[in-house]
Amino acid sequence: MQAVAPGFQQDFFQLFCLPTSYRLDNALLDQYYRALQEQVHPDKFSHLSEAERRISMQWSTRVNEAYQTLSNPTKRARYLLSLHGVDIQEESNTAMPADFLMKQMEWREAIEEARQARDVAELDKLESRLQHELRGLEAQLADRIDDRQDYAAAAGDVRKLKFLEKLAEEIASALDALDS
Amino acid sequence: MSYSEKVLDHYEHPRNVGSLDKGDAQVGTGMVGAPACGDVMKLQIRVGKDGVIEDAKFKTYGCGSAIASSSLVTEWVKGKTVDEALQIKNSQIAEELALPPVKIHCSILAEDAIKAAVQDYKSKHGSVLEAPACRENCKG
Repeated sequence: MQAVAPGFQQDFFQLFCLPTSYRLDNALLDQYYRALQEQVHPDKFSHLSEAERRISMQWSTRVNEAYQTLSNPTKRARYLLSLHGVDIQEESNTAMPADFLMKQMEWREAIEEARQARDVAELDKLESRLQHELRGLEAQLADRIDDRQDYAAAAGDVRKLKFLEKLAEEIASALDALDS
Repeated sequence: MSYSEKVLDHYEHPRNVGSLDKGDAQVGTGMVGAPACGDVMKLQIRVGKDGVIEDAKFKTYGCGSAIASSSLVTEWVKGKTVDEALQIKNSQIAEELALPPVKIHCSILAEDAIKAAVQDYKSKHGSVLEAPACRENCKG
């Protein structure tokens, strides 16, 4: 049996003493993250027993995992929904709304065309349009999770976010390729 | 992660890339997406008067496994009736392409694309896919 520090069952929001909500004060998250990291950093425990060092390592890992999860809008939503017992079914649910998928196809075509035409200005334009869509979807998620507790609809929004994240990656990699 | 030879073959020489006329009554269009990786897949079938699939086309934005899965199923569905096409299971696709566990969702996407295309075709031909009770309720 590995020694587990007390309080390891806290969820990520409790760990950071933040309210369990989708809306998040990013500055506060960053501030608490730095404070927690300092408390559990393994270097501080180098003079202690192996068991204690192992615990500090576990804490450090957990704090990092929590930060990665909470600071990312998609991961935060997925995690929050899982706390409410809702799985976003990202592996199995392929039935997105038809108009949404049609738009995804159009996005991918536009990115591909701009990439081939080496049109950086067009890629930048697509990027800012995408950011606009992302902000809109995140606002809708905050409304559905925090205000309406409509977790089923929110799960659909998170699935949409996954597609938009992929578009952001595609645009970034197209820009990278043209940069070099 | 390395791709199997079959995946590479379909990826480098995809079969049946393209589009069919969405508005054609004989054409069924299936659009699906995999949230896990953001892949989108469009699969279209053209069905003859005898109910046999004459042609199939696909367009997929995704990884090699997703492209290979859709390319493979366009080959498989040709010559099958729509109901036979519905029997294609993702496990068969995954096995044929030797997909690793992390890529199983690509084969699920392809299976669901066939189902969506067949459903679209059937809806154009008034097949009873919905519960008949609804029609009763709508009378009067």
